Amino acid sequence: MLKAKDKIFTNLFGDQSYSLREAQSRGDWDQTSNFINKGSDWIIDEVKKSELRGRGGAGFPTGLKWSFMPKDVNKNNYLVVNADESEPGTCKDRDMIRNEPHKLLEGCLLAGFAMNAHDCYIYIRGEYFNESVVLQKAIDEAYEAGLIGKNACNSGWDFNIYLHRGAGAYICGEETALLESLEGKKGQPRLKPPFPANKGLYGSPTTVNNVETIAVVPTVLRRGGSWFSSLGKTKNTGTKVFCISGHVNTPCNIEEEMGIPLKELIEKHAGGVRGGWNNLKAIIPGGSSVPMIPKSVCDSVSMDFDSLSSVKSGLGTAAVIVMDQSTDLVKAIARISRFYKHESCGQCTPCREGTGWMWRMMEKIAAGEASPGEIDRLLDVTKQVEGHTICALGDAAAWPIQGLFRHFRDEIEEQLIKKIRAA
Amino acid sequence: MAKVKVDGTEIEVRDDMTILQACEEAGKEIPRFCYHDRLSIAGNCRMCLVDVEGSPKPVASCAMPVNEGMSIHTNTQKVKKAREGVMEFLLINHPLDCPVCDQGGECDLQDQTVAYGSGKSRFDLNKRSVEEKYMGPLIKTYMTRCIHCTRCIRFSEEVAGVEEIGAVNRGENMEITTYLEKSIDSEMSANVIDLCPVGALTSKPYQFEARPWELKKTETIDVMDAVGSNIRVDTYGWKVKRILPRLNEDINEEWISDKSRYACDGLLNQRLDTPYVRHDGNLNATEWNDALNECLLSMKNHEPDEIAFLVGDFIDLETSYLIKQLSESLNIKKIECRQEGVRLPYSDRSQYLFNSTINGIEESDCILIIGSNVREEAPIINTRIRKHLLNKNIPIGLIGEKFDLTFDYEYLGNDLNILKSISDGENNFCKILGKAKKPMIIIGQSVLNRDDSLNAYSLIEDIIHQYSFLDTSWNGVNTLQLSASRIGALDMGCYQSSRSLKDIYADAESGSLKLLFSFGADEIDYSKFQNTKIIYMGSHGDRGASNADLILPSAAYTEKDAIYINTEGRLQYAYQASFPPSEAKTDWKIINQISEMLNLNWGFVTLDDVRKKIKNQYPDLFNQVSADRPYKRLLANKASKISFDNKEIGSIIKDFYLTDSISRLSKTMAECSQIRKELRNGKAI
Amino acid sequence: MTETFSFNAESLDKVKFELSKYPEDRKQSAVMSMLDIAQRQNGGWLSKSAIEHVASHLEMPYIKVYEIVTFYSMYYTTPVGKYFVQVCTTTPCWLKGSDEVVKACKETISEKQNELSNDGLFSWMEVECLGACVNAPLVQINDDFYEDLNYENTKNVLQSFIDGNPSPIGSQTGRKGSRAEEYVKS
Ligand SMILES: Cc1cc2nc3c(=O)[nH]c(=O)nc-3n(C[C@H](O)[C@H](O)[C@H](O)COP(=O)(O)O)c2cc1C
Ligand code: SF4
Ligand code: FES
Repeated sequence: MLKAKDKIFTNLFGDQSYSLREAQSRGDWDQTSNFINKGSDWIIDEVKKSELRGRGGAGFPTGLKWSFMPKDVNKNNYLVVNADESEPGTCKDRDMIRNEPHKLLEGCLLAGFAMNAHDCYIYIRGEYFNESVVLQKAIDEAYEAGLIGKNACNSGWDFNIYLHRGAGAYICGEETALLESLEGKKGQPRLKPPFPANKGLYGSPTTVNNVETIAVVPTVLRRGGSWFSSLGKTKNTGTKVFCISGHVNTPCNIEEEMGIPLKELIEKHAGGVRGGWNNLKAIIPGGSSVPMIPKSVCDSVSMDFDSLSSVKSGLGTAAVIVMDQSTDLVKAIARISRFYKHESCGQCTPCREGTGWMWRMMEKIAAGEASPGEIDRLLDVTKQVEGHTICALGDAAAWPIQGLFRHFRDEIEEQLIKKIRAA
Repeated sequence: MAKVKVDGTEIEVRDDMTILQACEEAGKEIPRFCYHDRLSIAGNCRMCLVDVEGSPKPVASCAMPVNEGMSIHTNTQKVKKAREGVMEFLLINHPLDCPVCDQGGECDLQDQTVAYGSGKSRFDLNKRSVEEKYMGPLIKTYMTRCIHCTRCIRFSEEVAGVEEIGAVNRGENMEITTYLEKSIDSEMSANVIDLCPVGALTSKPYQFEARPWELKKTETIDVMDAVGSNIRVDTYGWKVKRILPRLNEDINEEWISDKSRYACDGLLNQRLDTPYVRHDGNLNATEWNDALNECLLSMKNHEPDEIAFLVGDFIDLETSYLIKQLSESLNIKKIECRQEGVRLPYSDRSQYLFNSTINGIEESDCILIIGSNVREEAPIINTRIRKHLLNKNIPIGLIGEKFDLTFDYEYLGNDLNILKSISDGENNFCKILGKAKKPMIIIGQSVLNRDDSLNAYSLIEDIIHQYSFLDTSWNGVNTLQLSASRIGALDMGCYQSSRSLKDIYADAESGSLKLLFSFGADEIDYSKFQNTKIIYMGSHGDRGASNADLILPSAAYTEKDAIYINTEGRLQYAYQASFPPSEAKTDWKIINQISEMLNLNWGFVTLDDVRKKIKNQYPDLFNQVSADRPYKRLLANKASKISFDNKEIGSIIKDFYLTDSISRLSKTMAECSQIRKELRNGKAI
Repeated sequence: MTETFSFNAESLDKVKFELSKYPEDRKQSAVMSMLDIAQRQNGGWLSKSAIEHVASHLEMPYIKVYEIVTFYSMYYTTPVGKYFVQVCTTTPCWLKGSDEVVKACKETISEKQNELSNDGLFSWMEVECLGACVNAPLVQINDDFYEDLNYENTKNVLQSFIDGNPSPIGSQTGRKGSRAEEYVKS
């Protein structure tokens, strides 16, 4: 269990104010200009040393990602912070924004400097209106205190942060759709290549990072990359804010050590599964996009990128959705399928047509109106979507269905057959 | 260059190529719906997926650049599955109403389903249906058939330059539409019909008219402007059912204007199908012999000086030649083809050609437009300028009336004195011209038809010689002609060097002109000829015919083999797709017959005889065109102290859709014209 | 109905601030916030005239702005209630009983979504994940989240609006943010 002294987000629940003064008393904005004076290579090295992996879902090594940014000082590089947080089950960035905004802003300056960016946009989902008000206030405070803006923190680096509100579109969390949206267009993902690091916002080199990724950076630098990497497991280091929802006794967000056993996470922090661990049916461990795992796997799996991918699931956004024995799993996944149908941008064929088809087949199965053979067809359709789309939303729509049938096919078929017999 | 392997065969390709292009280079066909080589890459249909070694997922070949050493497979099991999958997705919500779809027989979806589909359908749910969208009088929509390839959106934004089509809603509810179902305000709009790979956007006027395989297809040349777009005329029996663009990279690429495409429903309207003669104010049908005798009698009754020949906008090269021969045989000096009223004493072709050529536009690095609404005068040329602008942001200046040309330009003002300030080096645009290595000037007819056009032209020539408009490899001087006949008629000498149409008007009004022989001249002011006898040879009952005393019915452009020379000076052959109705005859034959009755002994039996004669006399006309032709100075002297009484330049086209005897008789064009008026008055529908 | 929309002074101030965030030649970036500003001024929805006003302001083709309006789910092209209740029914909320919340809305507001209630105060609709899943189920009323709901307290919240004395926002069980509630094993 993560020791209190190793917690990064000490005000995650808003016990104290988010204001600059209190943030500083918690240690934010400390030594910032020193870090800048050490140079961007030092910052990137420290982040590499920390083995920090992106907290937005894909887990790409952050230091490596930053090193892709052209160093050419004449270029107009951008840092874009992804605060679109729309993956069902996920609500960690929200807490960081409303209770620890200065961690994020300080992180923006450090990351921005490291990647040679003078301008940063934070793209926050439209529904987080109150959070955007807080964040804007924090930005204003930081400007007023000279922490950002011209000669930020007296470091000699000019740095602007702008807040951009979304307007309801999960797809805008996908980094290139986000950039389109920032440019005042529909949020439709771009073709890659070119990658944002070459041609991103307004055609300039751009790095998109998740809120949490950026918000941990100041602490990583203050305490050292090796401190961060000493937590968790190799390649799966540091602390992580988990969102535990669904059938647990006390759902919550909680910062824990990467690699904590799933069972421990739930029992220690979320009051355990409703009705006890044995009442557990399955868990979606990383937000709606990752395949679910049955209780038998939950018993022993650890919460980190590599452990979860070895059980054919993923850490994703570390949003743990717990489903107990009372759950109609087919319905639960059908509802997720509806989500993807609703959120598909409509640009590419497999996703536009496939998400609707998959959802409708899931509903048919949920209603018990399908024959067992139709499961094969559905799985075939998921395969036709997976890997054939412009962005990963197609995969995200396919995987939950595949996960469901990977573990519960027999049970579902049995029920369907029962239904047919009864009719 | 990059070396890549396509299905095991190594080839070398340009390194800015995409995988799809490389595969084509290697002779492999890659199916596609959204990709179109004249539009930006969308990569959204996912039909072009191929296998690239080292890539776990199939790759959209249309969007992926090649890499040195890449090994591409176009025919693996994985690729086959991927294509089948995409086909299946495209078809689940497609109505499969091929039997009643106008696209049937020329549908990409139909063809690719046969070639790449799995042949079975596993979709047993309700299909989505999408409401039809109004897009104007030309485009009929069946939006349920749409496969969301976004070609139409990209075309309208990129090529037509009007951002009017979009995709609203998202996901499976995405629908293609115009804003609140407005008509598309573009001269090029109907090209989206050809681009649409399925039957979602089809031709409204052609709706349910025919199946493609029932049609006879004739490759020929358009005459709706001076561009000479290459077209295909599809006929059923002797009726022209539709006109489509034909690929010609030098001219229209693969587009045509809406007028070129749709004026054809005017072809059979008000046709002059038998000779007519006026008795007591009424036109009565008559026999050819009587009509021709009457014609000869009229000509014999008057002194050559009392007769004028006017050559209209659709007259082909051969006919122009014969008209000129006739005028010379009869010693008739008053002959004019410049219906706009241009008065310049041309002494060389280069003075009236679009010398840079249309392809040359893409080499230019600066364009100065003087008095031309290129968008309406030559939509294809305007489109080419826009294309060039999207690739290379070159400066463009416009002097004259302000027009929406679908691209940004620097508006210099509507004042001919600006020419003076440029030639004096006092205008800001001089700096821009000074930097240009291959500037172009485009001179519109509205500058040349002025009484003081010599003044304007001398300033223009001053400017031409001060900047890099001319060198051994570049001729940047361009006159933009408006009609299909014009260059040929000028080449044949059907004009008077020191006079213009206006002088003929004056003769008519003073009574010294007794007989007007109008060869399809429908754009002149017939009210000037109240006291002049009028013989009209032409195909349609338009202005000329209604004022005529004698009518000789001739063939329309789809009804004859003929040569046209376009504004660039490019000679092209048009072919007969249909027949002149009833008694109407091919133009050259009518004049040839007159010559025979006059015993002129030309000795022409076939059209080929005429062509041979022309070729003998004007071999240069048959040469290839290129932008390195020399320009011959028209005015010997440099301009001195010039001022203009009326300094404003007008616009020559009053209504794009109604510019000639055929389009004025077209129901479709009338509708387009009406709708444009409403759109522009803000009464959008 | 030919209403005409134009930004009032207050909105124009906000517009100015939004425009200041983007490079001069990239003002189209402000289209989303300008639509939001227009929507707020216009009583929660975007009329044709409002859309066209924003388009003209940004020199964007109408169709491009209309595409955006219809792409993002937070723009409405028909009137909404003064209190616009958006019920999250995505799986994490559904697991925790969002059906009950929907039921409460149907009873208090209207049987069908996107319909004004009889008193004209409310309309409601189902939405996708609002991003507060550990406080499920929840609704968003105008800009505010009401969390940790069930049938009872949803009714209470709605009633509090009718009474003109809206409940405090956030968790309706009294817990602080997303911290775990004290769990007592029974
Ligand atoms: C459909 C889709 C939705 C996404 N939504 C989010 C999101 O809401 N927040 C986020 O940070 N990343 C999201 N991502 C991941 C981003 O594309 C991107 O990888 C991430 O912001 C990178 O940040 P990181 O390197 O800090 O993890 C999404 C990806 C996809 C395909
Ligand atoms: S996968 Fe879906 S969301 Fe992604 S580009 Fe394609 S249609 Fe849009
Ligand atoms: S042709 Fe490549 S995705 Fe459509």
